Amino acid sequence: MSVSTHVIDEPGPITARLIDISKRFGDVIANDRVCLDVRRGEIVGLLGENGAGKSTLVKVLYGLTLPDEGRIEIDRAPSTIRKPSDAIAAGIGMVTQHFSLVSTMTVVENIILGTSRIIIDRDSARKKIVLLCESLGFGVDPDELVSALSVGQRQRVEILKALYRDCRVLVLDEPTAVLAPQEAETLFKAVRLLANSGIAVILITHKLHEVRKMCQRVTILRRGSCVGTYEVAQHSDDELVELMVGRAVEHANHETVKPGNLVRMSVRNLVVESRGGRILDNVSLEIREREIIGVAGVSGNGQSALVSVLCGLTRPTKGKIEVNGHDLTHGKPMDYLNAGVGRIAEDRHASVIAEMSVAHNIVLERIDGFRKAGAIDEKAISTLVQKLIQQFAIRAAPNDPVSSLSGGNMQKVLLAKVLSREPKVLVIAQPTRGLDVLATREIRNMLAFQRVNGAGILLVSEDLDELLELSDRILVMYEGRIVAEFTNSQFDRNEIGLAMTGSGSR
Amino acid sequence: MSSIRIVARTQSWRNGAVILPLVAVLITLLVTSGAVFAANANPLQVFFEIFIEPFRSRYSFLETLVSATPLFLTGTAVALAFRSGYYNIGAEGQLLVGAIFAAGIGPRLGGVPQIFGILAMVFAGAFGGLVWALIPALLRTRANIDEVVTTLLLNPTATLLVAGLLNGPWRNPVTHFNESERIVAAAEFPILLSRSRINFGFVVAVIVMIIVALVVHRSALGLKMRAAGLSPEGARFNGLAVEGLLLKAALGSGAIAGITGACLVGGIQFRLTEGISGGLGYTGILVATLGGLNILGVAAAGFLLALVNVGASSANRVFGIPAQLSAVISGSLMMITVAVMLFRRYRLVYRKAK
Repeated sequence: MSVSTHVIDEPGPITARLIDISKRFGDVIANDRVCLDVRRGEIVGLLGENGAGKSTLVKVLYGLTLPDEGRIEIDRAPSTIRKPSDAIAAGIGMVTQHFSLVSTMTVVENIILGTSRIIIDRDSARKKIVLLCESLGFGVDPDELVSALSVGQRQRVEILKALYRDCRVLVLDEPTAVLAPQEAETLFKAVRLLANSGIAVILITHKLHEVRKMCQRVTILRRGSCVGTYEVAQHSDDELVELMVGRAVEHANHETVKPGNLVRMSVRNLVVESRGGRILDNVSLEIREREIIGVAGVSGNGQSALVSVLCGLTRPTKGKIEVNGHDLTHGKPMDYLNAGVGRIAEDRHASVIAEMSVAHNIVLERIDGFRKAGAIDEKAISTLVQKLIQQFAIRAAPNDPVSSLSGGNMQKVLLAKVLSREPKVLVIAQPTRGLDVLATREIRNMLAFQRVNGAGILLVSEDLDELLELSDRILVMYEGRIVAEFTNSQFDRNEIGLAMTGSGSR
Repeated sequence: MSSIRIVARTQSWRNGAVILPLVAVLITLLVTSGAVFAANANPLQVFFEIFIEPFRSRYSFLETLVSATPLFLTGTAVALAFRSGYYNIGAEGQLLVGAIFAAGIGPRLGGVPQIFGILAMVFAGAFGGLVWALIPALLRTRANIDEVVTTLLLNPTATLLVAGLLNGPWRNPVTHFNESERIVAAAEFPILLSRSRINFGFVVAVIVMIIVALVVHRSALGLKMRAAGLSPEGARFNGLAVEGLLLKAALGSGAIAGITGACLVGGIQFRLTEGISGGLGYTGILVATLGGLNILGVAAAGFLLALVNVGASSANRVFGIPAQLSAVISGSLMMITVAVMLFRRYRLVYRKAK
């Protein structure tokens, strides 16, 4: 398929256009007459909360989902895209959060895989890939096995794959969700280069600062409907959030309260070894009352192990853990609970019994306190859970199975369970990962409130904005060690980012 | 092009637990009618004999309950274990060892009141089953050795143990048959209704089912066990001692399977015989699965399989079709149920041509 020559020099002719796309899944309307267009050389933002219908829309464009209604135009000509191969032939490329790479093959092999030719000229393919790599500043060795690549490098391979197939429209689905700040920077530079070379880019995100940085226009979806397309420069962040959420979102103010002197939790020289290697290497930290300690780091640098130890799930090899004077070095989950530690683990689904009701999940860890004449006192449970559902604004009934809840509501159930016991120490990992703007706001406000009430909180998050907003101090982890510490008067996004990549250690 | 596709459900289908087994039964009837045809009989007549006749004859009905009693017990044993995430395939062996213990104590209970005799039989059976279940349970909870393999392998071990006893030290000294000494009258389970074989074992089965249902659904222990079964990871995170719960479930399950053995010795055979179980422990897995690991479901499935058993042997007498038909029907039922139950988690979507 070739582009007709007389439009190519016009500034920003429309390359791809989705018109009145509607898609229903059972009773759920994922897309309701949604329109989106993207022009040559433009990066258009597609903004919306989880479940707003962003992914459905681009899946339609890529032929992964057939729309119930609506049509697609490529270069002003109607196009029938019924499967991904149609989309690829029409010049559309997509990079999702879930990569489709074969880890036992090299970069080159992965890229040429699926280009349906009988005879593959490996050398010229390799040359083309090397050229693409150089022009975009991607430091990817074309002969390296994918299994040896980092997440950021794998993402670059996915982009190369789309470019190798000569895509003219590139869809990036929440590309920075898996990246460290510096990697995101590299990615954005490359994306801008691509746009300058004439590729039309659709950037899906729910982070406003990315839209502000990368896009002139943004299309906002809310609950399956198109709110509209806006010039980013003409709207403030608060306005965009309001368009996205449907109402204004409040911020909690917690600046006025200062951390106290009482140490709630102290961790000294913690070491966790696994298969000969140290996952945690001499980690020491102290959490005081009314203090939030943020732990930053690129995923896989020991944060998960730290949380796992402080939830009582992993035994440390060496070191000492004390909470409110109790020695919890070899504590089991129940010991942590009894010492007044509230825990929110990284993996929500692994901390609940999905098929059980909201009520039973909330009381499971203290079910022995809800017994009456040998049986479970369902009445007392119901009273407590009703109260918590109101207090934490959980949109679910006590008897709903947890598996039927949205991520945000599931997280609120977990918080309700933990906070209703008034913990003195909170260990929380990725509290708002994958949640929509409103739920994120509510949960951050809850954490700020707990801090004001005297709790000491360890907050592990891959979202640097979250850490910058909530923390009194930020510790940066790299390769199992704490390599840098910042207090909130000297927070610097760039320096923290550098420390996360291991290069700014001091 | 119109097509039918299988799509995952967002939530498991609740009513499916009741509807799908019924669908499975219907499909089984359709499928097995082929086998009935092949045996030169009319499927409608045969299925009438199996499924309707027992409700018209007192003796057949009570005989069905007699046949259902051990299925209720082994089904409950398996359901309790599976619910807790402990895959006990060893009810057969636990039943046999329970029978050994009951047959061992039964002849030595002369002179005690019958109520104590019966209780002693039940406890002996429970103890035997528990001992046999303890070995794989400890291997699992202490050394993380897969219980499916160990419980399964202890079944033929128990069968050989029975054979060894009956052909060796326990061979009947009077008749020289390979069966143990008869238990005394005080150890016999009394007949509940005259002109039938329905005995106190049925009451034991009902009591056990009620207790297990209450424990699983009403008690804190039951909630913990279910949590461990649904998500061991989640249960551990919530401070539950998963290994301890597995151990309790395994031992409870073994004890109930052992009680089955005691009921067979005390109510039907009055002695240990080589064919005393004939696979009732394995059928328990079928009953538990068919019943959706739910005690009411176990009762329904146990009764259904007993109908098939009793009915097939009477169909054998009436129409002269092979008695193995019973195995054909229950085997088909098992496979079809397992397949159909997948639709609790999936559904069919019909796409019209565009």
